Amino acid sequence: MDHSGAHKPPKLPHPDTLAIHAGQSPDPATGSRAVPIYQTASFVFPDADTAAALFNMEIPGHVYSRLSNPTVAVLEERIAALEGAAGAIATASGQAALHLAITTLMGKGGHIVSSASLYGGSHNLLQYTLARFGIETTFVASRDPDAWRRAIRPQTRLLFGESVGNPSVDVLDIPAIAAVASEQQLPLMVDATVTTPALARPIEQGAHLVIHSATKFLSGHGVVIGGLLVDGGRFDWVGSGKFPTLTEPYDGFHGMVFAEESTASAFLLRARREGLRDFGACMAPMTAFQILQGIETLPLRMARHIESTAKVAEYLAAHEAVARVHHPHLPSHPDHALAKRLYPRGCSAILSFELEGGREAGKRFIESLTLFSHLANIGDAKSLVIHPATTTHFRMDDAALEAAGIGPGTVRLSIGLEHAGDLIDDLSRAIHASRK
Amino acid sequence: MQFIVQGYPAYAYTGGRAFEPKDPAIVFVHGAAFDHSVWQWQSRYLAHHGYTVLAVDLPGHGRSPGNPRATVGEMAEWVAALIDSAGLECAAVVGHSMGSLVALETALRHPARVTRLVLIGTSAPMAVGEPFIAAARDDSPAALDMEVAWGHARNVLLSSSAVPGASLHGGSRALNSRAHAGVLHADLGACHAYAPSPDAIRALKMPTLVMAGRRDQMTPMKAGKALAAEIPGAKLVTIDAGHSMMSEAPREVLEALRNFLG
Repeated sequence: MDHSGAHKPPKLPHPDTLAIHAGQSPDPATGSRAVPIYQTASFVFPDADTAAALFNMEIPGHVYSRLSNPTVAVLEERIAALEGAAGAIATASGQAALHLAITTLMGKGGHIVSSASLYGGSHNLLQYTLARFGIETTFVASRDPDAWRRAIRPQTRLLFGESVGNPSVDVLDIPAIAAVASEQQLPLMVDATVTTPALARPIEQGAHLVIHSATKFLSGHGVVIGGLLVDGGRFDWVGSGKFPTLTEPYDGFHGMVFAEESTASAFLLRARREGLRDFGACMAPMTAFQILQGIETLPLRMARHIESTAKVAEYLAAHEAVARVHHPHLPSHPDHALAKRLYPRGCSAILSFELEGGREAGKRFIESLTLFSHLANIGDAKSLVIHPATTTHFRMDDAALEAAGIGPGTVRLSIGLEHAGDLIDDLSRAIHASRK
Repeated sequence: MQFIVQGYPAYAYTGGRAFEPKDPAIVFVHGAAFDHSVWQWQSRYLAHHGYTVLAVDLPGHGRSPGNPRATVGEMAEWVAALIDSAGLECAAVVGHSMGSLVALETALRHPARVTRLVLIGTSAPMAVGEPFIAAARDDSPAALDMEVAWGHARNVLLSSSAVPGASLHGGSRALNSRAHAGVLHADLGACHAYAPSPDAIRALKMPTLVMAGRRDQMTPMKAGKALAAEIPGAKLVTIDAGHSMMSEAPREVLEALRNFLG
C-alpha cells in the first residue's frame, strides 16, 4: 500500500469530535440532545412479521436489552468510531469482554498465546479458569516476537497482550506481534485499557481485535464496571481455516454461517448472537450512559493524566529512597524508544516503582499517603495506589510475578487529575514516613 | 453457494435459505470493491419472504476467485451467465453503484433474462474523479478514505447507526480494505468508462425502480432522477440516506424493494 501521502484524503471528523458525537443522533422520539437512558428490558414489535424478521436477523433493530439497547449501542458505535473499527459489543465488565472474545473464537482444545505481562484478573481467567474448560494458555515474554512464534501450536486460535502491561508498564510492540499473527493466520487481540484510543489505535498498528475495561480511563471517574469488545473487521476467518464457529453452519441460529452473513462483522455477529445471548454478560443502559459521559472528555483527561504522570515519574526517579521506577517516559525504561514510536502523545498514567527497603517500606508508604486512595482500580480521576503482589496479583507465584514484572516491593500508582504538585507533595511525605 | 460461471467458481449468498430455482429469483449485484454482504439485510429478508436470492460476489471480489472484469459489459455477461448457471430462466436484477451499471447493462444486453430492474445509488454515465482513480491506482489508503467518506451521507459518522453496534464507516472501510490490490482501481475504471447508448436506455421495457439517496455524495440524487426520467415507466423512490443506503437506511430500502417487487 502506498503511504507516501501523495494523495489527499477527504477530511473526516477529528477524534476529539468523535469522542463527543460519534454514534449518536438527537433522540428521534424527543429531540433529547444528551444520550437518553433507554431503561427498558424489551422493545415493542409493531406487528408479527416484524417480530419474526427481527428475531431472524432479516431486519436490524432492538428486541431485548441483553442483545442490544439504544443507549448501549451509542457507546458501541462511539468506541468503534474512535478505534477505526467495524463495530463493537459492550459487556458487563472488561473480564466479560475477554471471555466473550475467547469463547467466540474457540472451545475445548483451543490454545492461546498471551503476554505474561497481564492484569491479574486476566491472568487468572487464562491460567486457571479457562483451563478448567479445556482452553489452554502459554504465557510468553511480551518483548520477544520469537517467543510468541515458538509458542504457537496447531490448536492456537488467538494471540493476546496488553498495549501497556499493568502494572509493569511494558509496551507491547503491536506491529511486531501483529506480523507474527498475520504470518500464522491468527488474530491478535490487544487489551488497550491503559492506553485508550486517545493515545493510539491498535487496529491501525495491526491488531485485529481490541478489548477495554471501560471501568478505567474511558469512563474515567471510577463509578461503573463495564467492558468493550471491538473488531477491526479485517481478519480473514475463512482464509485462516481455523475458525469453524465463524465459517461453518451454527445450529444455534438456523444454520447461520456468520462469515457468509457478514464478511467484515462475522466475529461480532457470532459474539452477539451466541455469547451475549447465552452467557448474558451484557452492559446496563445506565452504565453505558456513564461511560459515554466519560468518553466525551477522554482526550482532555488523557492529556492531563499523561502530563502529570511524567512529572511524578521524574520526581520519583530522582528520589534517593526510590530503587527503580518503571515508566516508558523515562529514558532508563527498556521500552522508551518503542513507546515514543507507538505513543507519541504518551502511553500510560500507570507507573510502578520500588522503594528502598522492600515490602515493609512499601507497606508504610501506602499507609502514609493521604491524597492517593489505596484501592484496586486504575484510571480514575482520583489518584490511586496499590501493592500488586499482595492484592491484584496475589494468586500468582513468584515466577509468574517476576514474569509480569512485579517485585515483592513494587508499588503501582494510577495518576489522576489532581494538581501534580499536590500529588508529588503527598508522595514526598509518604516516602519520608516510609523511611522511619 | 458455489456455482460455475464462465468456467470458474463463483459465489452467491442465498440469504440464509437454500437456493430454490422454482421460486421467483432476485440477483443482487454489489458496488466497487465490495461483496455480497452489502445486501445482508435486504437479501436475507426477501429470501424468507417468497423469493430465492443470489447476492453475488463478482469475479475477483469476496469469495469469487479470478481477476475483476475490466468493463461493465463483461460484468453484465458474467451476471447473465450466472443466471444461466443457476438454472434460472430469468430474475429480477438489483444493483448498487457499480452494480447498478452492471444491472442496467445486463438488462440492455439480455432483456429476456431480466424481469425487473432496480438501480440503487446510480448515475449513467458514472464519471469518477481523477484523484479517486489515481489514489486507487497507487493503492493509497486515501482511496479507502474517499470511498468511505463520499460513500455515505456526510453526517453518518456522527449519527446513530441503523444497525446496533455497527460503525457504518468502519464496516464499509474494512470491507473495502479486504479487497485484493487493484480491484478498486479496476472497478472505478470500469464505472468511469461505461457509456450506455441513450437510445437503448429509452427502449428498455421491463419494470424499473430507481432508488436515489437524498444525501448521496457519490452519485447525487439528481443523477438518479435523470436516469429514471430516461427509462420508460421507471419509478423513482428517494431515500433519506447517502450512497450506502442499504446499510444507512436498511428498512426503507427493503420497503421500497418490497413495494416494487410485489
